[in-house]
Amino acid sequence: MADQRAIGSRRGLRPALPLLLPAYLWLTVAIFLPLSAMVFFSFMTDLPLAGKEWAFTLGNYAAFFSQSLYSTLLFASLRLGLEVTLWCIVIGYPAAYVLAKVLKGRSREAIFLLVILPFWSNGLVRIFSWAMVLREGGILDTALNAVLPFKINIDLMYSYPAVIIGLVHSYVPYMVLTCYLTLQAIDDSLIEAGRSLGASRRQVLWRVIIPLSMPGLIAGAALIFVPVVGSFMEPRILGGRTGTFYGTVIEDQFVAVFNWPLGAALSFILLAVVLIILALAAPVLRRAA
Amino acid sequence: MATTRVLEWLGRFYIVLLLGFLYLPIVIMAAMSFNASPFYQLPFEWTTDWYISLWQNDQLIAATWNSIEIAIITTLISTALGSMASLALYRYEFRGKKFLQALLFPPIAIPWLITGTAMLIFFFGVGIGRGLIAILLGHVALALPYVIVVVSARLQTFAPELEEAARSLGANQWQVTMRVTLPWIMPGVIAGGLFAFAVSFDQFVVSYFLSTPGQTTLPVEIYAAIRKGFTPEINAVSTIIIVVSMALMLLTARFFKFGGEK
Repeated sequence: MADQRAIGSRRGLRPALPLLLPAYLWLTVAIFLPLSAMVFFSFMTDLPLAGKEWAFTLGNYAAFFSQSLYSTLLFASLRLGLEVTLWCIVIGYPAAYVLAKVLKGRSREAIFLLVILPFWSNGLVRIFSWAMVLREGGILDTALNAVLPFKINIDLMYSYPAVIIGLVHSYVPYMVLTCYLTLQAIDDSLIEAGRSLGASRRQVLWRVIIPLSMPGLIAGAALIFVPVVGSFMEPRILGGRTGTFYGTVIEDQFVAVFNWPLGAALSFILLAVVLIILALAAPVLRRAA
Repeated sequence: MATTRVLEWLGRFYIVLLLGFLYLPIVIMAAMSFNASPFYQLPFEWTTDWYISLWQNDQLIAATWNSIEIAIITTLISTALGSMASLALYRYEFRGKKFLQALLFPPIAIPWLITGTAMLIFFFGVGIGRGLIAILLGHVALALPYVIVVVSARLQTFAPELEEAARSLGANQWQVTMRVTLPWIMPGVIAGGLFAFAVSFDQFVVSYFLSTPGQTTLPVEIYAAIRKGFTPEINAVSTIIIVVSMALMLLTARFFKFGGEK
């Protein structure tokens, strides 16, 4: 592949520039400059707009470290991210295994597409659909009471479990996708060799299959953990009053309280946490690639 | 191997359970959009009233048109710019190429909450402000990396000798690109375009921070409606959205497979 590419490729940045510049200029204006601006604003007392007084300050970061509310919420969000990621592994990994190793041919293709499809539909709408299921007098409540001989009240709406269920539903296809890709790449003869050498099913699973599919697990975990820690719409809709997390506090700074510099500082702290997590996952992913 | 068979059937059964978990809420939500009771009461009574009242909700209709327009413009711009960038990354070797490729991941990997609030701050600071232009700027930036990744994947299957052959037969750079390279990567370009459309049409977080009351998109309008209280009208519009985006992705899957087979 490498020498094949060398025939067609030519040296020099200059001829490539006209093709590259429009896309990268756009990314600079709409992503990289805004991220830099956010860092800048997070050190200001107020927005330098319409003649308002402003000065440089560390106060926004001091607020994070002096008021335990923010760090408590950040930990709550990190815990939420961890729990959702673990559930996605528990639910998604077996499904990925069945897809990769049990199903064959056309039915595998069709079911794979079916699992991935909801992921590409509107996330907001899917969270809303859970509200239909979980509220009191909703479908889960009605269905369970119709089946069970005794009366129970299912009112999961506006609770922590509701937020978990909604988020797991949103992100589990990611885990299925990444684990499927690595599981599919495992040569079946490795599994057969392990079995014929006398290993039990459990030993093959823990010593062969899981270690070889680790990159998929890590990739899926990173892809799920990061957005869940920054989620705000899902806790708002399904969590109600219990749904206050780090993300919802950032949202409030921008749309309700209008303390943008504090919001910028909180966002930047979240960005730092996210980057650290991605950096920790990167070596495993690079080895896989 | 009797146990193997049993385990395999358990596995199949598990997949059915997972599909139930994934699709049941969506099916229930869609069913409720055809139920007459405004409080989602059973027994089920068929009606299309909610779709009709949707048709008379000017605010939602306006937001829908905004969403469609922005998605189409986003698709056109990001597909054009993204394909150009992919071509450059494929054709030329230069210092810093790895860095440019790595730059594509922050827009995908950083939570939209952070990207969205950063855009809000920056666009306000430079005078673009909020509104449809700001939303469009943001959507194209979010869609670009996806287009570049998809088109680059397709370019990996392209034989550079074809370009060399065309060149040695006297074609200039423009002719080579338009007559040889572009037709080959077309399935990738179309798949990238569909991705871009889906990214824009389904985008909520970034649009939410960049919209103003008059200039907003459909998901933002739905979020506002949900926070005021649930009505079957929201079910109706949600059902339409989910059908549109799922159809779109099925289409993408088809084109993407064409890319793999040829």
